[in-house]
Amino acid sequence: MTDAPLLIVGASMAGLRTAEGARRAGYAGPITFLGAEAHAPYNRPPLSKELLQTEGQGHADVAFPIRSALEEGVEWVLGRAAAALDVERRVVVDETGQEHPYSALVIATGLRPKPLPIDDHGLGGIYVLRTLDDAVALRGALRPGANVVILGSGFVGCEIAATAAKNGANVSIVSQSRVPLQRALGSQLGAEMRRRHEAHGVRFFCGESLFGLVGDPDVERVILTSGVMLECDVLVVAIGSDPNTEWLQGSGLDVSDGVLVDAGLRAIGVDGTVHPEIVAVGDVARYANPLFDDVPRRVEHWNLPTETGKRAGGILAAQLAGQDCAPLVAEGFAPLPSFWSDQYDAHVLAFGMTYLADRSELVAGSLDDECVLEYYRGDELVGVCGIGMRSTVQSYRTRFAAPARA
Amino acid sequence: MIKIYVDMDKCQHYGQCVFEAPEVFQLNADDKLEYQAEAPDDLLADLESAADVCPMQAIFLTKE
Ligand SMILES: Cc1cc2nc3c(=O)[nH]c(=O)nc-3n(C[C@H](O)[C@H](O)[C@H](O)COP(=O)(O)OP(=O)(O)OC[C@H]3O[C@@H](n4cnc5c(N)ncnc54)[C@H](O)[C@@H]3O)c2cc1C
Ligand code: SF4
Repeated sequence: MTDAPLLIVGASMAGLRTAEGARRAGYAGPITFLGAEAHAPYNRPPLSKELLQTEGQGHADVAFPIRSALEEGVEWVLGRAAAALDVERRVVVDETGQEHPYSALVIATGLRPKPLPIDDHGLGGIYVLRTLDDAVALRGALRPGANVVILGSGFVGCEIAATAAKNGANVSIVSQSRVPLQRALGSQLGAEMRRRHEAHGVRFFCGESLFGLVGDPDVERVILTSGVMLECDVLVVAIGSDPNTEWLQGSGLDVSDGVLVDAGLRAIGVDGTVHPEIVAVGDVARYANPLFDDVPRRVEHWNLPTETGKRAGGILAAQLAGQDCAPLVAEGFAPLPSFWSDQYDAHVLAFGMTYLADRSELVAGSLDDECVLEYYRGDELVGVCGIGMRSTVQSYRTRFAAPARA
Repeated sequence: MIKIYVDMDKCQHYGQCVFEAPEVFQLNADDKLEYQAEAPDDLLADLESAADVCPMQAIFLTKE
């Protein structure tokens, strides 16, 4: 079995960065990617922005470059999903029943959108957005003049709203939150983002959800819980995501909410044992970040597939070379989460875990222009977010040093 | 030598690259990106990190 490859399930950004990390740390053996999508790894953020508004853009516009270290010794098995994991035999079984033995396993299967919370009656015109294929399908539907209803007011929902509004669609956002982006940006900045959307003609139905759909064969109207009825040619469901871990059920790994991992990104079993030959990276991984506390969390920010992948790749390379990984793991893992969002001319950039905060404070600029807000949990600074004012926002990077914790 | 090219139509001046390879990337007084078009080979790892963290994926590297 010594020839079994490093198997990466999920041909994703996090998977790619793990492979690069392993090569950089000296692993020269075979690598296999097993990915459910037909595409080689690509960058998702443009899917709600440029690619969604630019007819003709496709995989080539968003594909990650494949570096020379991965030009040889890499097999791509794409368009095929993993169905089961046998930890004892070190084998992943794919949906066709084929077995893929591994020397080490990388779990990089990410998330998928939560489905419509009510019965869709098989109607057409209902969309989600996670993959390139989703984006191309949605782009075709966002015609000027189309009545677009977006369920959910998180980043993906708000970015789709901005793109659709710029394209001349009539956009409504339906959300249970009081203001859009409430969880990530808080009430103050959320309210300002609502104002900016409204200035572009987007209508908000906050504190609301969907009650029912009308139409045949495609959705024509949606009925809200308050009884309000909205014309609707395109319904986009953007109410958050669930981890892709069904294929790990029964494997013995702790997949109660994503894949629980230690400070070396190594999977932890339901019985608490660490599996040194299995790592989880990117959005699907759940880990504690000592910059903030010791609670393991899944964090869906774009810089973390890279941070987790680089580290996990290095640790797996050491493991496969028969080295003692303990010192590497003991260094600890405390990446600074970072996210950004583009909506109209607002370029939002944040560091830290703003959604742990119980309050925000405007510290520079003014809300309706460029500004910087600090986010606090009690007295502790847990995040910073700015619209514009890049140097000020960037200067916070070093401010999240872990306070001494008992 | 490594040649560096930043697609300035894509770049939103986020400045993430600055922290990975400050020898090559800087934000100027107006918060706009400035960069050197060439760098020595020993900066390759840092430059790849900068390309990795760029939100707009606007940084392109070629090895001469
Ligand atoms: C539309 C959109 C816009 C975004 N915009 C921003 C932004 O502006 N700023 C920001 O900070 N972040 C943004 N993000 C978040 C960021 O893109 C994610 O954090 C990142 O893509 C996570 O990468 P990942 O590699 O962990 O997983 P993913 O990108 O989810 O990749 C997982 C891959 O695994 C595959 N897979 C799943 N199950 C299986 C299986 N059983 N077998 C094989 N393969 C499987 C999936 O098909 C997928 O290809 C955005 C995300 C989306 C969807
Ligand atoms: S990280 Fe990318 S977008 Fe940001 S300044 Fe550098 S090149 Fe521009």
